[in-house]
Amino acid sequence: MHIKHKSYRTASGGRLHVLDDLFITLANGEVVALVGPSGCGKTTLLRIIVGLERDFEGSVHLRACGSVGFVFQEPRLLPWRTVEENVRLAAPAASEAVLGALFAALGLTAHCRHYPGELSLGLARRVALARALAVEPDLLVLDEPFVSLDAELAARLRTELVELVARRPVTTLLVTHDLDEAVLLADRVILLSASPARVMADVPIANPRRTRSADELAAIRNQITRSSKQA
Amino acid sequence: MNLVMRLGSLALLLGLWLLGSHLVGARLLPEPQAVGLAIVQEARSGALEFNLAVTLARVAVSFAIAMLLGTVIGLAMGRIPLFDQFADPWLVVLLNLPALVIIVLAYIWAGLTETAAIAAVALNKLPVAIVTVREGARALDRTLDEMATVFRMSKWARLRHVVLPQLAPYLAAAARSGLSLVWKIVLIVELLGRPNGVGFEIGVAFQLFDVTRILGYALAFVIVMLAIETLLVQPLERYVSRWRSKPA
Repeated sequence: MHIKHKSYRTASGGRLHVLDDLFITLANGEVVALVGPSGCGKTTLLRIIVGLERDFEGSVHLRACGSVGFVFQEPRLLPWRTVEENVRLAAPAASEAVLGALFAALGLTAHCRHYPGELSLGLARRVALARALAVEPDLLVLDEPFVSLDAELAARLRTELVELVARRPVTTLLVTHDLDEAVLLADRVILLSASPARVMADVPIANPRRTRSADELAAIRNQITRSSKQA
Repeated sequence: MNLVMRLGSLALLLGLWLLGSHLVGARLLPEPQAVGLAIVQEARSGALEFNLAVTLARVAVSFAIAMLLGTVIGLAMGRIPLFDQFADPWLVVLLNLPALVIIVLAYIWAGLTETAAIAAVALNKLPVAIVTVREGARALDRTLDEMATVFRMSKWARLRHVVLPQLAPYLAAAARSGLSLVWKIVLIVELLGRPNGVGFEIGVAFQLFDVTRILGYALAFVIVMLAIETLLVQPLERYVSRWRSKPA
């Protein structure tokens, strides 16, 4: 599966230059993290990829890509439907077994009948994650999925995500402004510049996700920072 | 406590009625017990039930037509700016056309028929429903819309699970104000051109200067509408807002 982009110019108000000459390719099953400063157009890029934004120059090719699972920055659940209904509505074809396993893995089994308004933000984000995974997507897109959670909770959710992706590999595009998070989760880290966003560094990480030690993470981190300075 | 307050307030109203009746005389304002007796007599002859049923049927049909059309048109106007610009002048005209003019014209153009009566009532209610639903359609959450797009929800699922729940409070407001508006207009329509129904009976009583009967029919119908409000509208409202009632 490949995603190719050429230069995008997104108009918001006047012709604001948000993205500039980006060319990104994802290999099948690869987890890629896009890292960049706030407001550099990461979210815009995701919106273009999933087809929510059509006013741009360039092209997106999603080869062999049927379904997309999207985790928005905010959970975006339907407040008038229960947790279970929220997930089922997005993934009407999902089997009982898949849903049950997903709810169990994310610790949501006890909350199936609750309404989103009764959930904490951490739980609501889990539901959003469950919804995106329930469609068994060919492409999983995560837009800062752990932002505004306390560090401990974010760490736990990250581990859960790693476990779930290990269980059923899926091509994943993760957007974050947190380099540590990117290094922890991704097979490849792409560093974006400030707006208009350009690719500053593209660093593959060889070690499998679950075996990375703290020292290694720090080393990779340094390497990425260095390569971005050279660029 | 709430109930005590309500009963007390009702008792006070009855007391004032009784007092007024003694002050202006039973011809102009008959005593409550006389009105109650008239209701019972009408009910025994079967006339009350018949007329209530006829009027209620007209209310139900015209209300349903107005709500359905109002929801469809209001939703379209709220979602499609071009259609909104086109249809808005028509809406303003309809909103400001007096109920009486619509009724009289309907009877002239379509004859003194049931169809004309129901169309006239529905047409009176329609613009109000459109305006309320349009307001709701304009306030629809764009972020949820995007969510539905990304997850490729079907048109029907979107309408049922994304759009309609957001419109529910607006639909409830339109229904509530609409129900009281519709039944008042139905009475006028019956008075002007129907051979039966509560409006017709009140018209006859008016010609005979029979205040007892006027009050009897009015009271009976108010009770029916109150029952519909508490037994149908309120439980429905509670059901559609059940997710709201339990805060985190």
